[in-house]
Amino acid sequence: MVKNVTSLSRSGLSDFVLQRASAAIMALYTLCVLGFFLANPELTHAKLVGYFGSAPMLAFSTLLVLATAAHAWIGMWTVGTDYIQAHYFGAHATSFRLLYQAGCVAVIFLYVVWALQLFWSL
Amino acid sequence: MQNAAKKERPVYLSLTDPAWPVTAIASIVHRVTGVILFVGLAYLLWLLNLALSSPAGFAQAQQTLAMPLPKLALIGVLGLLIYHLVAGIKHMVMDFHIGDTFEAASSAAYVVFGISIVLTALVGVWLW
Repeated sequence: MVKNVTSLSRSGLSDFVLQRASAAIMALYTLCVLGFFLANPELTHAKLVGYFGSAPMLAFSTLLVLATAAHAWIGMWTVGTDYIQAHYFGAHATSFRLLYQAGCVAVIFLYVVWALQLFWSL
Repeated sequence: MQNAAKKERPVYLSLTDPAWPVTAIASIVHRVTGVILFVGLAYLLWLLNLALSSPAGFAQAQQTLAMPLPKLALIGVLGLLIYHLVAGIKHMVMDFHIGDTFEAASSAAYVVFGISIVLTALVGVWLW
């Protein structure tokens, strides 16, 4: 039951699943990129662009960006609702929390735009 | 909001008084590394952006990472990522009720710290 304006989620259960699914995607991506760097000790610009610009990696990177955005939002939301509360912040805790959440959304939005632009301009 | 706050609940939120078992330390470090990574991601993206931008940018990224401080910062961010990832795997294993007794969870927390330190050291040796 959502009783607070800053809950901003329909379901904690979907957050739980999304947090783990996105984590799995990010872990897999990390391993792939690690493998690429390990396999190419003499890295060049052309090799790097060839790798990240390939169709499968473009799709994977796009998935990574979306997964990271979801993962970061759920994580930052959890931290905010744990600490920015009336016990520590007094009567205006909800306002502070909303402000903090707006800041997180803005940063995540910038990350998404930046990263997608970076990958898709290859 | 008011409804939730009106409920009578025992409130004991002193973080310094109770002892911190290793599981609690592993948990808070997972959280802290997550928050720092939220910021540190900008550094990784900036480096990748630079390296991908042009051959000149690639050379500039190489020169940047040849300097001790930027290199140390990269190893640091990767170390945080390694801990967050390894602790996350532990978390998901425990979601399946594997090793979720206090004893097993304590051992797992030590293992996570150990693996993270070793992997970060390997990355450090590799990049230095």
